[in-house]
Amino acid sequence: MKLRVGDAVLAAAVVALMAVLPSVYSNELLLFNFVMFLTLSQGLNILYGFTGYLPFGYVGFFGAGAYGFAIAVMNYGAGPLPAMLIAAAAAVILALVLMPLLRLSGAYFAIASLAAAQAVYQVISNPALEQVTKGPYGVSLTGVFAPRLSYYVAVGIMAGTFALVVWLRNSRFGLALQAIREDTVSAGMAGVSVVRFRTVAWLLSALVAGLVGGVFAWHISVFYPDTAFDVGISIFATVFTLFGGATTLTGPLLGVAILYGVYNAIGITVPQYFQLIYGTLIVGLVMFLPNGLVSLLTRRGIRVP
Amino acid sequence: MLIGAVLSGLIFGLYFTLVGLGLNLVFGVMRIVNLAHGDFLMLGAFAAFWAFHLFGLHPLVAAAAVLVVFVVIGLPLYYLVVPRLQQARDAEMLSIILFFGLAQMIEAATTIAFGTSERSIPGRVLGTGPVMLLGQRLPSAWVFGAAVSAVAVAGVYLYLYQTRLGRLTRAVMVSRDEALATGIDVHRVSAIAFGIGIGLAGIAGVFAPFMLGSVTPAIGPEINVAAFAVIVVGTLGNPLGTVLGGIVYGVSLMLMQTYLSSWANLLPNLLLIAVLLTRPEGLLGRKVRRA
Repeated sequence: MKLRVGDAVLAAAVVALMAVLPSVYSNELLLFNFVMFLTLSQGLNILYGFTGYLPFGYVGFFGAGAYGFAIAVMNYGAGPLPAMLIAAAAAVILALVLMPLLRLSGAYFAIASLAAAQAVYQVISNPALEQVTKGPYGVSLTGVFAPRLSYYVAVGIMAGTFALVVWLRNSRFGLALQAIREDTVSAGMAGVSVVRFRTVAWLLSALVAGLVGGVFAWHISVFYPDTAFDVGISIFATVFTLFGGATTLTGPLLGVAILYGVYNAIGITVPQYFQLIYGTLIVGLVMFLPNGLVSLLTRRGIRVP
Repeated sequence: MLIGAVLSGLIFGLYFTLVGLGLNLVFGVMRIVNLAHGDFLMLGAFAAFWAFHLFGLHPLVAAAAVLVVFVVIGLPLYYLVVPRLQQARDAEMLSIILFFGLAQMIEAATTIAFGTSERSIPGRVLGTGPVMLLGQRLPSAWVFGAAVSAVAVAGVYLYLYQTRLGRLTRAVMVSRDEALATGIDVHRVSAIAFGIGIGLAGIAGVFAPFMLGSVTPAIGPEINVAAFAVIVVGTLGNPLGTVLGGIVYGVSLMLMQTYLSSWANLLPNLLLIAVLLTRPEGLLGRKVRRA
């Protein structure tokens, strides 16, 4: 493996920035949301950028993580760190259950994964399961509330995810995944184990979302199924990734910095105007810049981390 | 109770056929996914709402007007977006993202214009008193909606099988490249199919306030999932298979609501996943896959 320095430097710089910011900027919830989306868009990048599978239902793993955490704390009195493991396990188990979806391709996969996420949401929010999940009434985990600690755990997860993307970009494994994305048959002929590699990327991507979901549950501590399974989370992660440019480290970072920045500036007070703007951005992007902002540089031969 | 559930299932099945039909026509001809389908349907519903509340127009008049206007909007929209998309390496995937963006724009613009409140049209507009059918009392608005859907489906059938343009459309569905090679103006045929697809969504929208109770600018995604379930069950790319998909969907939805109501909203998602995994080619299978 030949590591290009740019990737590692960029990843370390962003992690350091997010780790230092709470001591100079007081709106910790906003910072947490940034960390969350920085991580989620890279998690989605692992799957979409490297295998070409676009999971519209990515939020399903996030929600599974959040509820895995919540159920471990509520029903079994687990501490936050063991509960984080349960959160990760919940997302990975869901990914294993949904593995047959990988047989589908393109549009079929995107839509089926959305349907799967919705199905999980409808099960968890069903009043019939109130004993286990509190149904649609939401969960309260104030007993383990620890905003500072959970923030740093989130930054840690972000660092791990960045490392994963840097590794994918610089390893034979990542290259093999991209070969599968470009041409499955040729990759198979060249000796790449298509199914196994793809599965690993799928599980890693789900693991990231599950961990972020768990730490979200921990940090927020009071939430509803509608919040944890909000399709908007998938949409944001997808749009941020596409806007900046998938398969790169820079792309999703740029996407979050610009679009989520704009969202926080105007989107919270007048969400429909923001929706109009990002709808227009998506259409314009697909029409004129289908490979994201970074393609402005890459197509001139400039290498972007 | 069983007869009632099956009967209302058939009625809703016909309506859901109409909901999915336009999406399937567009996919069948252009191999792109119009993820803004549900939002065009929503626009049709708002058009019917305002046509009724401002001018007292009967939904049938509104449906005719919506069909014309939507087809006229669809043609330039096609030329603006689709030819450019089809040059891309993975047109199907990019189309999902592009039309998703369009869906967001439509939803946002409608929300800005009309707010988020639920809109409905009183059912008595489509006839008063229940209709008796096999000893079951059915709201006459439902029967009316189903009848209009049946007429629209028949119209699409006649278009595809009895007109010259329809024959060309089927040729493009079977093989775009060969159609191009035989000198068919593929873009013209596709543009018309795109317009009809959006127009069908509009007609389905006009009757949405009656069949679904009420509409808000945010119903698009939900409609999309239902439409996808319908057309995937009834074979993607085969417009007439949609009838089978619609009826399977409608009847199982009504059976769920009758016997297992708290889990009924799971149905479209589960049906969609189950069919995709077991028979991704749809219930009608490959032999009749193409029209």
